Amino acid sequence: MIEIKNLHASVDGKEILKGIDLTINPGEVHAIMGPNGSGKSTLSYVLAGRDGYEITEGSVSFLGKDLLEMEPEERAAAGLFLAFQYPVEIPGVANTTFLKSALNAIRKKRGEPELDAMQFLKLVREKTKALSMTDEMLKRAVNVGFSGGEKKRNETLQMAVLQPKFAILDETDSGLDIDALKIVAEGVNALRSPERSMLVITHYQRLLDYIVPDHVHVLAFGKIQRSGGKELALELEKNGYAEFGVNEAA
Amino acid sequence: MAATTETVEQVRAVTEQKYKYGFTTDIESDVAPKGLNEDTVRFISAKKEEPEWLLEWRLKAFRVWQEMEEPRHWAKLSYPPIDYQDAHYYAAPKTKDRPKSLDEVDPELLKTYEKLGIPLREQEILAGVEGAEGKSPAIAVDAVFDSVSVATTFKAKLEEMGIIFCSISEAVHKCPELVQKYLGSIVPYTDNFYATLNCAVFTDGSFVYIPKGVRCPMELSTYFRINQANTGQFERTLIIADEGSYVSYLEGCTAPQRDENQLHAAVVELVALDDAQIKYSTVQNWYPGNAEGVGGIYNFVTKRGACRGRNSKISWTQVETGSAITWKYPSCILQGDNSVGEFYSVAITNNFQQADTGTKMIHIGKNTRSTIVSKGISAGRAQQTYRGLVKILPKAEGARNHTQCDSLLIGDQCGAHTVPYIENRNRTARVEHEATTAKISEDQLFYCRQRGLSEEDAVSLIVNGFCKEVLKELPMEFAVEAQKLVGISLEGSVG
Ligand SMILES: Nc1ncnc2c1ncn2[C@@H]1O[C@H](COP(=O)(O)OP(=O)(O)OP(=O)(O)O)[C@@H](O)[C@H]1O
Ligand SMILES: [Mg+2]
Repeated sequence: MIEIKNLHASVDGKEILKGIDLTINPGEVHAIMGPNGSGKSTLSYVLAGRDGYEITEGSVSFLGKDLLEMEPEERAAAGLFLAFQYPVEIPGVANTTFLKSALNAIRKKRGEPELDAMQFLKLVREKTKALSMTDEMLKRAVNVGFSGGEKKRNETLQMAVLQPKFAILDETDSGLDIDALKIVAEGVNALRSPERSMLVITHYQRLLDYIVPDHVHVLAFGKIQRSGGKELALELEKNGYAEFGVNEAA
Repeated sequence: MAATTETVEQVRAVTEQKYKYGFTTDIESDVAPKGLNEDTVRFISAKKEEPEWLLEWRLKAFRVWQEMEEPRHWAKLSYPPIDYQDAHYYAAPKTKDRPKSLDEVDPELLKTYEKLGIPLREQEILAGVEGAEGKSPAIAVDAVFDSVSVATTFKAKLEEMGIIFCSISEAVHKCPELVQKYLGSIVPYTDNFYATLNCAVFTDGSFVYIPKGVRCPMELSTYFRINQANTGQFERTLIIADEGSYVSYLEGCTAPQRDENQLHAAVVELVALDDAQIKYSTVQNWYPGNAEGVGGIYNFVTKRGACRGRNSKISWTQVETGSAITWKYPSCILQGDNSVGEFYSVAITNNFQQADTGTKMIHIGKNTRSTIVSKGISAGRAQQTYRGLVKILPKAEGARNHTQCDSLLIGDQCGAHTVPYIENRNRTARVEHEATTAKISEDQLFYCRQRGLSEEDAVSLIVNGFCKEVLKELPMEFAVEAQKLVGISLEGSVG
């Protein structure tokens, strides 16, 4: 699905990613854990194609294509989705309008027919219900006035509607109450399939009880320091990141 | 064609295709000689076979105008001096009689309306074919081509209800009492440089009269088109809503792309009597000039509505995307007790466009209320100013105003300015003013693009969200078109 090789990236001349190697096969779910500021979100932004990052070394191939050469919207059309750690507010634009424009833009780029208002509404209603969200939230402006948890749920809804091939979830669990966590996790699990891969960034092993990963990686100082199975998350929870030279107080 | 000229032509075609109304119509026209003097005024009046009082009024205005100075100091606009002698003040497509069937209408005129995207059935009507009018129209159109009204649709149907909708030249003959009573009664011939010029040389425009208690069953609309080169367009619109009546009126405008600037100085007067309501919407899309700032329309417009009667209401809704320069302050004079004035505006300036626009709300009667919502969007090197006056006179007990004025900047070479003037002479009155300035953030753009939207679609979506409060005031039929226009006007503004 995606193959990241020796990826180095800097912001404003400061190197944040210092040689990331990561391969995710179709159907796999990988989790990344790591201390604050270690570069997790930076990795997700670089993969999604955000401006302002300089790639100094390395390569990323996504479904056989050179990901780094593509515009963000091309990456989206190719099936890459990022659930933002901090979802962005767009005043005045109804959630449904936003989602419909996004879905149809992607379908158009893929050469698929666009959905009309009725077809779209049916689809979105179904997904909304599965995530225990209200229709009222669909009518509201994108993320405006949403609580932290509602924003995360909204990200999950967008993912469910857009049906990406590869989804990066950047701390989608933070800010969710216990029930919401379960609902969101169910939503994510519903998307799991042999053709779909996920990269789940989290600070809490609790999430991984619900979304059970195939692999867990520790990212610190811009590098993957260690990789393992689900048990690695449990170990981290117990011992923290001291083993990787991270001062707990920092 | 030499290779270089060909390239230049191609580049031109590509860069200018964004203004899709930029074509010209090759049509035989009746044009007044260039220049402006009393003879020009007499020429126009004679062409229209006007009564003596109107010619006299025009001449009075012309004499006043000659003594006036162009208002160049207070508005935040800069442009080279306009040579008022270097323009034609009258241009009309040559026609013999009113065409009886589609075959008799000049095919070039037909094609023009087709290209402007006016649907065929409506287009047949626009070209003035008698009898082609449909059964349940949603909209009646008056089409003004250069200086004259070429056709008005659904006149007969409206007349059954006593509604008069025709060109103002026709109204002068058809209902002279009404025209004489109200013309210049809201915007006097001494009002301001451009309005006074308009009084002297106005050529056509629309006239509407809604009789007592009648709710006009369809949208009335005027479609203005400047075609002829070096012509100024001076139209004059007069709408009278008699007691207890209601009308929704829309004007749309386009012009061909030309390298020289063209002057457009219109006057619109509205009168609402007791319990009457006028909703006046504008989608202004005059040619804005090219990306380098060459060409475009100079749009100097005076629009004013008088809420003469008790409980009357006038709403201005405008979407201003075109013109090289816009100078425009649709206003409400709230004379009648409990009368209401509203101003909803979206103004978009891109590249080198300049706009100095806003409104005036003059509260005279008791418990008069006004609402101002202005959304300004600037991109490229455009400059935009919101200029608004809220004036509460001593007798306006309990008057209230709320002003919301938001600016959105795209890029860092454009500017937005807010100049509110508030004059409150009544202690019981309440005036509120809120203003915000924001930028389209990188975060918003990236978020949209991550979801699959192109950068241009993202800008269009974000800007439409920003203007939503105003766009929702437009009649349904035009809201969709306006939304698209918002996107088109901002093409090339990012990246
Ligand atoms: N524009 C920038 N200029 C300078 N430093 C930046 C910039 N953007 C990010 N950084 C730095 O890069 C580092 C990595 O940030 P990143 O957001 O990727 O961390 P993270 O692992 O996602 O942390 P968290 O767990 O808190 O979300 C941080 O030290 C951050 O301050
Ligand atoms: Mg982060």
